[in-house]
Amino acid sequence: MKRTIQFALLSSTMLAGAATAQTTLTIESWRNDDLQIWQQTIIPAFEAAHPDIKVVFSPSAPAEYNAVLNSKLDAGSAGDLITCRPFDASLELFNKGSLADLTDLPAMANFSDVAKSAWQTDDGSATFCVPMASVIHGFIYNKTAFEELGLTPPKTVDEFYSVLDAIKADGNYIPMAMGTADQWEAATMAYQNIGPTYWKGEEGRRALIAGEQKLTEEGWVEPFRQLARWKDYLGDGFEAQTYPDSQNLFTLGRAAIYPAGSWEIGVFTPQIDGAFEMGAFAPPVAAEGDTCYISDHTDIALGLNAASPNAEAARTFLEWTGSPEFATLYANALPGFFSLNSTPVEMTDPLAQDFVSWRSSCEPTIRSTYQILSRGTPNLENETWNASANVIRGTETPEAAAERLQSGLASWYEPQK
Amino acid sequence: MAAGRPVRWHIAVFLAPAVLVYTTIMIIPLFGTLNLSLFTFDAAGQRVFAGLANFRTLFGDPRWSDAFWNALGNNAWFFLVHMLVQNPIGIALAALLSSPRLRMAAFYRTAIFIPTILSFVIVGFVWKLILSPIWGIAPDMLDAVGLKALFAPWLGKEEYALTTLALISVWQFVGIPMMLIYAAMLSIPDEVIEAAEMDGVTAWSQFWKIKLPLILPSIGIISILTFVGNFNAFDLIYVSQGALAGPNFATDILGTFLYRTFFGFQLQLGDPHMGATIATAMFGIILVGVSVYLFAIQTRLRRYQF
Repeated sequence: MKRTIQFALLSSTMLAGAATAQTTLTIESWRNDDLQIWQQTIIPAFEAAHPDIKVVFSPSAPAEYNAVLNSKLDAGSAGDLITCRPFDASLELFNKGSLADLTDLPAMANFSDVAKSAWQTDDGSATFCVPMASVIHGFIYNKTAFEELGLTPPKTVDEFYSVLDAIKADGNYIPMAMGTADQWEAATMAYQNIGPTYWKGEEGRRALIAGEQKLTEEGWVEPFRQLARWKDYLGDGFEAQTYPDSQNLFTLGRAAIYPAGSWEIGVFTPQIDGAFEMGAFAPPVAAEGDTCYISDHTDIALGLNAASPNAEAARTFLEWTGSPEFATLYANALPGFFSLNSTPVEMTDPLAQDFVSWRSSCEPTIRSTYQILSRGTPNLENETWNASANVIRGTETPEAAAERLQSGLASWYEPQK
Repeated sequence: MAAGRPVRWHIAVFLAPAVLVYTTIMIIPLFGTLNLSLFTFDAAGQRVFAGLANFRTLFGDPRWSDAFWNALGNNAWFFLVHMLVQNPIGIALAALLSSPRLRMAAFYRTAIFIPTILSFVIVGFVWKLILSPIWGIAPDMLDAVGLKALFAPWLGKEEYALTTLALISVWQFVGIPMMLIYAAMLSIPDEVIEAAEMDGVTAWSQFWKIKLPLILPSIGIISILTFVGNFNAFDLIYVSQGALAGPNFATDILGTFLYRTFFGFQLQLGDPHMGATIATAMFGIILVGVSVYLFAIQTRLRRYQF
């Protein structure tokens, strides 16, 4: 039996393209954590509806994925379906002709422009990957601790700081679990988390790309001023606290608030294992009633290898990937990775529901540094890591940090000159 | 007579394997790297010859040169700490170990040498945990002797991070100078020591006047090994501080700067040409350092024949 399967796999790889009754599609991915979910949930669901197509999920390690994929594509041995990283990494593949144009795929109609923006050419004329999931930023808090201290999750910035003050005054919990050792936490979970509220989400992000706004303007400096205030609420020695340290501080119940990305839901839930209850609140707004903005960052998509001999079957699979059925399967199997499909998806995880509920009440945007702005040297994303960490540690003023980012961006980005 | 002399083929045959292997895996890549630094991508993404333009960027553009000088300065400090701490301690340990009255010398020798054979990854993580302000034993140990106030999150502070890492590296590698010096000390003939004792040169003055001059060539070799090792260092910083060498590039050395540039990092795509330029600059720095040692120092070291 095993030999038959091996033989079948072998022959299907070798004879791919030959007119066989069953077509085998291979998916390239960096999500090796999700192998089981694909094999046990997603692929059987697809194969049941399409008995003539067989799908193989073949992931590689996340850190090696880009390099492995590039060499496979160059050698012509890459799978039919390619999991797409957002923005430039995939855009480069499309420009090289490795990814096929999927603009005419009917399922593309199920996605908003923001959802598609990560896998489009700069002018938006061609889309080359079907959006799969995004991650949302916000704050996860220890509900049990909040109840113990009689606190309610804050809505405005003032409430946010008074909650932090109350936790600090009580002294039993570290108010907020975040460190600056790994730097990206400061940029991703702090700056990109609360920032959209100040630069007004998409409006500010697009204006920055168009060169109409500068990073030294109020909307872009104010988030740094907020970060500078966070310093007092972080744990002792936060300068040397790493990302896993922060995660552990929160899951062990030693910290009350965790500036988060939604992908933590899947990590935290089994680790906490019912020791306390978690809740989530959106980035606070300046005044009650203001529009709230969230970072709903497009993170993962699926594209078609332009050299695939099974393009037709692959398009069928991509069409299905864009369907609400896939969205429901995927979002429930991986709580914290939210479907980008315009059709609302029923999710069972309560924390994931909290996060996704903000999509209807707040304006979504993506991380400000990801599209176009991180193409040159110095790299805006990497500089933002450094600047955010410096500002939180108090070694650089918010204004100086903004000034430095702006001059770095202006040094190579034409519209900002 | 010269005409009748057979060609000595065996020399070439015996040299061939080493020459071939060394050429394939060292010489060709080295010249490949030097060559790569002279090219760049044009607007259309084609590789074009750029002459020394990359070097002009590296040393002329303040964005690049600031990062480069920062990395070089950090590297120099990293080296200085090794020279001032690692090597004197190594010599002192070797002197203690070679003392005939020391018991359990083999145990100490092994214990001190063991960190050297550990992987950087293990050393980096172990020390990060020891020094962690949250779970580490360092704060508790200081607390136990009433010195908690001295504790700081060293790896996260710009002013201490590099020195802390240099000392961690010293801890790991102190076994190497110790072993080399120890071997050199054992090779000092007993007659010399005995003659010194007859002349009344003992203890400290014996070390300074007899042993130290005899081990100077070994110290020279250790210095140059330390120099090359430190200026090629990368692993420890990468493992404990990441490729961005935080906080605020305070621990950025040439190795991490090269890595970020060549392979790219996060959203930054790799730039093989600027990377090769930095690698060439590193090669030049190490070459100059080694040459200075070989021609200016080693030739002046006095050797003693027994």
